[in-house]
Amino acid sequence: MNIKFNYLILLAIVIAAVSCKKDNYKAPGSTLSGRLTYNGDSVGVEYNQVPFQLFQSGYKLTTPIGGTFNDDGSYSVVTFDGNYKFTIQANQGPFRWKELAVGRDTVKINLTGDQTVNIEVTPYYMVRQLKTSVVGTTRVVTANFNIEKVITDPALAKNIQTVSLFINKTTHVSNAPGESVAKTDIAGGTLPANLNNITVSATMPTFVPTQNYVFARIGVRISGVEDWYYSPVRKLTF
Amino acid sequence: MKKKIFFTTLAVCLMGAGSCKKDSDFLNAVVPIGIIDSQIEFNDPALTLAAIGRLYNAEVDFSGLDNNWSSFTDFGESFASENGHATQGRTTWSYDSWANWDYTYIRELNLFLERIAGSTGLTAADKARFAAEARFLRAAQYFELAKRMGGVPIITKSIVYESGPVSAVQFPRNKESEVYDFVLSECDAIKDILPKLPATKSRATAGAALAMATRAALYAGSIAKYGVNTPTVTLSGDVVGIPAAMATGYYTKALASAQLLIGGTYGSYKLYQTALPAADNYAAVFTDKSSTNNEVIYIEDFKAFAGKVHGFTTNDQPYSNGEEIDDAGRLNPTLNLVQAFEKLDGTLAPFATRDITGAPAYYDTPQDIFAGRDARLAGTVLIPGAIWKSAANDIWAGYWTPNANPANLTFEQGTITTSDVASNLKPLPGTTIPVQVVGKDGPINGLQFHTQTGFYIRKWLDPNVGTGRRGQGSDIPFIRYRYSEVLLNAAEAAAELNQFPVASDYINQVRARAGLTVPLVLNSANYFDRIVHERRVELCFEGLNLFDYKRWRIATQVWDGQNETVTDLTTNLLSATHRNTKQWGLWPYKVYSPGNAATNGKWIFKEVVPAPNTGVLLFRLGNYYSQISDAILGSNPKLLRQPNQ
Repeated sequence: MNIKFNYLILLAIVIAAVSCKKDNYKAPGSTLSGRLTYNGDSVGVEYNQVPFQLFQSGYKLTTPIGGTFNDDGSYSVVTFDGNYKFTIQANQGPFRWKELAVGRDTVKINLTGDQTVNIEVTPYYMVRQLKTSVVGTTRVVTANFNIEKVITDPALAKNIQTVSLFINKTTHVSNAPGESVAKTDIAGGTLPANLNNITVSATMPTFVPTQNYVFARIGVRISGVEDWYYSPVRKLTF
Repeated sequence: MKKKIFFTTLAVCLMGAGSCKKDSDFLNAVVPIGIIDSQIEFNDPALTLAAIGRLYNAEVDFSGLDNNWSSFTDFGESFASENGHATQGRTTWSYDSWANWDYTYIRELNLFLERIAGSTGLTAADKARFAAEARFLRAAQYFELAKRMGGVPIITKSIVYESGPVSAVQFPRNKESEVYDFVLSECDAIKDILPKLPATKSRATAGAALAMATRAALYAGSIAKYGVNTPTVTLSGDVVGIPAAMATGYYTKALASAQLLIGGTYGSYKLYQTALPAADNYAAVFTDKSSTNNEVIYIEDFKAFAGKVHGFTTNDQPYSNGEEIDDAGRLNPTLNLVQAFEKLDGTLAPFATRDITGAPAYYDTPQDIFAGRDARLAGTVLIPGAIWKSAANDIWAGYWTPNANPANLTFEQGTITTSDVASNLKPLPGTTIPVQVVGKDGPINGLQFHTQTGFYIRKWLDPNVGTGRRGQGSDIPFIRYRYSEVLLNAAEAAAELNQFPVASDYINQVRARAGLTVPLVLNSANYFDRIVHERRVELCFEGLNLFDYKRWRIATQVWDGQNETVTDLTTNLLSATHRNTKQWGLWPYKVYSPGNAATNGKWIFKEVVPAPNTGVLLFRLGNYYSQISDAILGSNPKLLRQPNQ
């Protein structure tokens, strides 16, 4: 009986010895993050509407890692170290991406540990010198700003369809359903020719439960482009 | 002991003798009964029929009666009265919605064609018909792929991979126009081989081939013409998108195919017209399986008491006079659709729920507001109080008591008395005796299996007793092609070719059958809106709605992600791009105003969005063509990714 017991212990030790190798891959540990920029300024978009793709070549399949940008144009991906190519599909986003003769350009990323890579794009328009104010008694939010036409090449430029001021109770502020409690539109045709000193205001409804702050930003809808351009979100307290 | 040895030896010898056959001799001597060799199958007409029958069963439908009632809902035309249903809170469709990449089915059809070509035991006539049927099904599948995915690789023979580079069996996507051309040329080739028998409806006929050709050519033509409105919905090499120059050719083809069918030489099809009232006549198009129904061209058939039935009637019958407990009332047409049925003079108008002062409009019965409309309204939809299986439904949302003298009061200046289910009684204002204060069919927000829009579906509902029971089921067939659609295809193609008198004649045949007596005169200014509208009401809940809006490239305007207010709902009804993003209902209320004999007991109506409908529909540019999954793209680098995704 004693001997048998020893055999069992021996067996257990042998099993433990041969099985001590881990059989799993390491979890992905490197964070790649960044944001959409134009000359260092943020380019805002609608949450979860503008996708990007990250390709890692050298494997049998070419399935990309997909993701979408946040409201402020930021993105982040947790993945393995390696060589990646970052791209945005055609006709996505309120901007132009570098087009090459043989297809769409990619940003090469050599990922070793956490890394921040900002994605430089050329938006059709940028909102500049945004000034916002709110009057608590009348519940009117007013914004004053200039619009810079970034792409002026007649072959590529596009007109403004609408400029809108959006107000929402949360930081998700956009034209999407449920992402604005009030908005005011200005048709593109009625804007001043130089696109400067545009003032727009909107009246917010009463909030239940009450809150003494709102979030606002300017959206620009460009003719023939599905995604809107958005200015940075402003928090207004009253 | 010796005996034992002897017997043991004998046994071993016997075993040895019995087992000395070779494995292969033994295995080949027994013919397996579960698997039929293709040599045997394709030389026996009955077995070949079974094989093609399986392939017929695998045909893909967008909406289908055995494809779940859900396949008829969505797109703002109906509300799904089932708690938690995806369409209630839908804000957008994922890019892979409606995707289909079923090349397994195409391979099966190709194998069928190859095997039938090698058959020696079938008569030449049988061989030709079976082969034509398989080509019909293959064309139907390619048409389905083109509608959903655009250009796809056209594979017309079975592919076997043995060795060598895998790129030899990877195929790039054909042009979108090439897929439509393939469908059209196949239809052309088989229309004279297939039988010209209008009575044959569940198998491919010459009429079915022509009906498919006219629909496919029309789709291709409109993509070519209206593709300019969505310039980004294209891919290089016309893999997605059709050049505008090809539009006229496709429209001509669509008109010619329709006229061949209308001419009658490929089988005598005509609109279903009986002595029944126009509304019942229209409803019977979908339920009459007798040989008098020559409107129906090609169906997916069912058979009662033979195991091939579906539960559409069970799922969607009115709750109060349904035949199953708590299995009813799921598919509720919306006010958006119901108000699209014209008045008998051919004009469109919203239902008058208020007079010009904003006060409620009073009606003697809940049906009065729907009077004088296109007969297809009552043929498609069960309105409040409609008779179904010899009982009237009980749709009303509660009592409305005006707060003061009813003159010039608005709806809001009244008190609603209602409850969360009809059996919960409540006293009316100023009384103490509890009474029923809401219909047995609702509408009540969030009460599933009852209507929540104020309407039930009638189209496809089986009027025979017992068909609403789960154990019995219904054998109403699903109509894939019918003559009325062929007429509308012809009308649209003719109008696009500037043949407006021809177009008007075709569209008016369909409208006259619906009881619209004033003929419509199509012209270059009104034809598009009119044809979009006519197809919407005539062909609703037949699985064509989405593909129509896609090919006209107006889906992004109709489902634009913006809230549809009551003003949006009730204005510009004829506009093809009328916003359709919320699921509106029309709720009837009984007036309780004992002091005022003029209005007491009358009915008023209120436009309501059922509370569970939280979503606002947004159709993105990337939805025009469904996603080819990354798994498929990854395994075939020659495929192009869909645009805008």
